[in-house]
Amino acid sequence: MNGLRIRPSGDRALLVDLDTLDAVVDLHAVIDATRHPAIVDFVPAARTVLVVIDSTVAPVSNVRTWLEAVAAAPTARRRATAPVTIDVTYDGADLGVTSELLGVSVAQLVERHTAADWSVAFSGFVPGFAYLVSDDWPFEVPRLDAPRTRVPAGAVGLAGEFGGVYPRESPGGWRLIGQTHAVLWATDAQPPALLAPGARVRFRRAS
Amino acid sequence: MIEVVAPGPLSLIEDLGRPGHADVGVTRSGALDRRALTLANRLVGNQEAAAAIEVTVGGLFVRFEEPTWFAVTGAWGPMSLSGSDCPSDTAVLARGGSVLSLGPADHGARYYVAVRGGIDVDLVLGSRSTDTLSGLGPAPLAAGDMLPVGRMASVPIPAVDTLTLSAPTDGPVDVAVHLGPRDDWFSEEALVALFDSAWTVGADSNRIGMRLGGPALERSGVGSGELRSEGMVGGSIQVSPSGQPTVLLADHPVTGGYPVIAVVADADLDTFAQLRPGQSVRFRHAPPLP
Repeated sequence: MNGLRIRPSGDRALLVDLDTLDAVVDLHAVIDATRHPAIVDFVPAARTVLVVIDSTVAPVSNVRTWLEAVAAAPTARRRATAPVTIDVTYDGADLGVTSELLGVSVAQLVERHTAADWSVAFSGFVPGFAYLVSDDWPFEVPRLDAPRTRVPAGAVGLAGEFGGVYPRESPGGWRLIGQTHAVLWATDAQPPALLAPGARVRFRRAS
Repeated sequence: MIEVVAPGPLSLIEDLGRPGHADVGVTRSGALDRRALTLANRLVGNQEAAAAIEVTVGGLFVRFEEPTWFAVTGAWGPMSLSGSDCPSDTAVLARGGSVLSLGPADHGARYYVAVRGGIDVDLVLGSRSTDTLSGLGPAPLAAGDMLPVGRMASVPIPAVDTLTLSAPTDGPVDVAVHLGPRDDWFSEEALVALFDSAWTVGADSNRIGMRLGGPALERSGVGSGELRSEGMVGGSIQVSPSGQPTVLLADHPVTGGYPVIAVVADADLDTFAQLRPGQSVRFRHAPPLP
């Protein structure tokens, strides 16, 4: 992770540009593991990590120097945590069309989805919505041309290189391949999100 | 307890927000005018971060069941306490049973009503704020709501007779911004226009963002592609493909897919809470970061 490209985002945040999603996941893991006390929030995304700073704790320049140092250090390995298993009924409205788009059978699509070792790259959209990536997932799935106005909570979807599960009923443009009873977000739970960045995920066909 | 007799168009409980959860998609939220919130809290002897009522435009009527110290800050407009004129920006003791009413603001757009002890609704992820984007926190106030008063007063009512505060300005406002992080996505002309134009506050603005009317900010060659969504902070000036800027405010999504040409200096962000539709905004360069 040499030559970190850091841009200020106003006077209390830094935006780190990275070349790959892997680099995002690595930098996120380092920041999460070694938490600088002035960092109040950090937002990993597809090719960036935003770091929000409380400048009453330390100046932005101090955090910038710290980021450069931790990113240059030998890559902190992602914590080897046990995967969260999510049981899925593969009956989504877009299952058939999606398998046709990808040139595989429905059975093969389900097989690949359940065989892949997924991890949370970042979250967004609504609280608890995790963007899942996997080295075992070779597909790129086009979003729906027109997003649905209503996607139910627990809908399991695909878009781009990502997998995901809708934590609550909301609009949505991902292709839906199944449905789970898993609770992705519970405000009163500790932690409230089932899937936080860095978490590992396996999908299992519900019996 | 405080009874909401009428909430007006939009009255919300807000404190200083819920930082620390952006990585799971929860935005900071909190009072749009943090300065007005913390002032109101100081006036009644609360900790600065206590929860208060953010009243957009006006129209709030509340009845104090018990004798209650309160202070109203932020917007200026007609206020009365059980029919008598009532001053803003100072601590006032309401008798039990009296009714505070806030008329439509004459200057500024958001009042803050703090009560001694703070509004003691349940904490959600460490904050009592209503996040209008995700729906976290208490629902918007409705007639008949009973608001518990807490015990978050930390010091006696400060002995200040009058604060020499001026009303929020009605005229053009000057706001300091830092260029970037995606200023390289925009043409030279767009960067000049950002600072040379008088931007007009759009009517369809809310706690998520404020739209600004003005010339289209065109992209350069670099910015011809599509930006991958990236983390956003409050004050980010996002520019849509049509060239229209929106200033993201407290309830903004944690990520956004439009390039940010500049970010409002944190100290000037509260200004946006008090801007009214049609008001004019000019941007200037903030001093360079240390």
